[in-house]
Amino acid sequence: MSTLYALLFYFATIMLVVGLGLRIAKYARTPAPLKIPTMPAPTTRSGVFWRMSREVLVFESLFKSNKWIWVFGYMFHVGLALVLLRHFRYFIEPIWFWVNWVQPFGIYASFALLIGLLGLLVRRIVVERIRYISSPSDYLMLLLLIGIALSGMNMKFLAPTDIVAVKVFFLGLLRLQINELPTSASLLVHLGLVATLMIIFPISKLLHGPGIFFSPTRYQVDNSREKRHLAPWAAELEK
Amino acid sequence: MAILDMDGEDGPKFIPDPLKIPKLACDSMADSAPYPAYPEHNMKLGFPGELLDNWQEVAIAKIGDLASKNRAFQVYLDACVKCGACTDKCHYFLGSGDPKNMPVARQDLLRSVYRRYYTFAGKYFPWLVGARDLTREVLDEWYSYYHQCSQCRRCSVFCPYGIDTAEISMAAREIMDTVGIGQKYCNEIIGKALEIGNNLGLQEKALRATLEDLEEDIEDETGVSVRIPVDEKGADILLITPSADFFAEPHIDGLIGYAKVFHQAGVSWTVSSYASEAANFGLFIGSYENMRDLALRIRRAAEDLGVKRIVFGECGHAWRVAYSFLNTLAGPFDFLDQNYPIPQHILEFTWDQIERGNLKFDKTKNDHLRLTYHDSCNVARGSRMGDKPGGQFEIPRNVIKAVCNNYFEMDRDTTKESTLCCGGGGGLLTDDLMDIRVKGASPRMTALQQVTQDHGVTHMAAICAICKTQFAKVMPKFGYERDSILSVHQLVSNAILLDGQITDDAPVPELEMANEEGTS
Repeated sequence: MSTLYALLFYFATIMLVVGLGLRIAKYARTPAPLKIPTMPAPTTRSGVFWRMSREVLVFESLFKSNKWIWVFGYMFHVGLALVLLRHFRYFIEPIWFWVNWVQPFGIYASFALLIGLLGLLVRRIVVERIRYISSPSDYLMLLLLIGIALSGMNMKFLAPTDIVAVKVFFLGLLRLQINELPTSASLLVHLGLVATLMIIFPISKLLHGPGIFFSPTRYQVDNSREKRHLAPWAAELEK
Repeated sequence: MAILDMDGEDGPKFIPDPLKIPKLACDSMADSAPYPAYPEHNMKLGFPGELLDNWQEVAIAKIGDLASKNRAFQVYLDACVKCGACTDKCHYFLGSGDPKNMPVARQDLLRSVYRRYYTFAGKYFPWLVGARDLTREVLDEWYSYYHQCSQCRRCSVFCPYGIDTAEISMAAREIMDTVGIGQKYCNEIIGKALEIGNNLGLQEKALRATLEDLEEDIEDETGVSVRIPVDEKGADILLITPSADFFAEPHIDGLIGYAKVFHQAGVSWTVSSYASEAANFGLFIGSYENMRDLALRIRRAAEDLGVKRIVFGECGHAWRVAYSFLNTLAGPFDFLDQNYPIPQHILEFTWDQIERGNLKFDKTKNDHLRLTYHDSCNVARGSRMGDKPGGQFEIPRNVIKAVCNNYFEMDRDTTKESTLCCGGGGGLLTDDLMDIRVKGASPRMTALQQVTQDHGVTHMAAICAICKTQFAKVMPKFGYERDSILSVHQLVSNAILLDGQITDDAPVPELEMANEEGTS
């Protein structure tokens, strides 16, 4: 079992890193032929940095759009961020001071994460318009994340696993050794689902994460009268 | 069930909230589709005349080609999480209830095909991610619903990733053109603009005659000789304006307004006979090449006439193409005077003159009007005026308030960056799409109805030729006169006092310098 999970995590990590890297490289290489920022837009690069920060940190456009989706989406993402930061403690030794500092927040953030996911799931089922646009994968993605959250919370709050051994296992993976992984059901489910998430990340809608940084309506500067913008393939037309 | 009850006993009935979400009426607009282009329309633009035999193959390849040439298209196909934030933002959805008019669902018509042929999940598990084969039914669905999008970009304001349905809908139209399924309205017009110089197909002779008549009208009205020059070499300013300004009501009153402002500002200006069109329908069909060809006419006219500046008249998408794309498509404009914005909007010009105190107005000339202002979508979300973000909202309002006493705002959720499309933009301004045009106009009309009830608003001003034509046509269906839509420069024209102007029988007006009015 330990070997199986070790191989699974090596595979998942490669898929995530390479898949995401290739995708980001594709976005970065693809030219944007025209200036299409959604106006009013910042006229400077620092203004764009501020606009993008608001989008990424507080989901500004979503807030303007729909308060319910914002509330649940925000709870989920902030919860997930804190939980992920907390999880650093299983991969590093000695533990960085800020990981200790974030630990108590990370534990309770799991509830925010779970409530957010359940809220999004309920809306997807109950709101007619959102049900209409949902594919099986949209539900499964939420269920996958809910599964990760529930199995993790079960280990934290109800049936603790041998977390020291888990850490030894992952520190071992980082040094290309395979150590014994505890076989508690929650742990195996949790890790299996996490690996699944890592594998599908670069080939699914989870690409919205890197995608927003390459969204011309958000990252472009409003300066088209002052500065000529020309894509390489468009420059060819001028020859 | 209907959003708008056209057959109510006391005329049309309105739902009070312009943004009220309708119940889903699945496929209720599936039969809406514009007339297809004739082979010669398509071929003039470099597209196949008729549907290709291997159209599937060509269309699928074109999706990949566009995704590799346009970052927005690639990222927007991938990034959507189906969160639903955009689902209630499209005026065509609000007006029709057809869920395929929800922005995400409209994108999915194409995204589902992209997934089938270009993603792992779609190739091997199509049912899982809603991927589908490109069939004739899908193509017909594209033709119907991608011609129910006015590319107004309201959805892009509200998307957490900035996904712009206009980019998808433009790409879809280009894919359809590439396989030989063009839209008659757009493709015929682009051909005319390229061949003759304007969308109306107005020949130079007719244009000159029309403008001479207009000069006479102005002189009869004011006693002042105001010129509207054509192809005048050495003029300072080349005016590029939608050809509707030469012919249609209420557009033509706007043109008279520009002429009076130029006259009073004391600048020399001209229109071009072969670049006598600001509109650029290449945008609507998503064709960079056609958009570029149309834009290059303007550059050529500016060079031929030896002007120093280019000023654009009131036209929404034309100003988007001018402000955001002209430098890209036809630049660099080193030969123009770099002390002025290139290009400049007529409202920037007029407001600058007002701020300098060069124009005098009698605001009471507009006292018979109680006004509101409709932000045109392409100006609001696709361009700017002035040197600060949001100038495209402030400058038109500043000018209106400088020339009118009775001005009222519509619901803030339907103005500025959240403005609703008129319902006729993006190449839909054709009679064969009248049903969707009326439905698409209904949210805006409801917002107008609100200010009519609350403030007695009688008229709405706009700065877009498409908005003006669309509203003139659909407003009567909502209980307004067809002349309830006005050009902003028509208001300027009403109020401006030209040097030497004969005063009419009205009592001597109190002369006011607009910039003392505290209008900003």
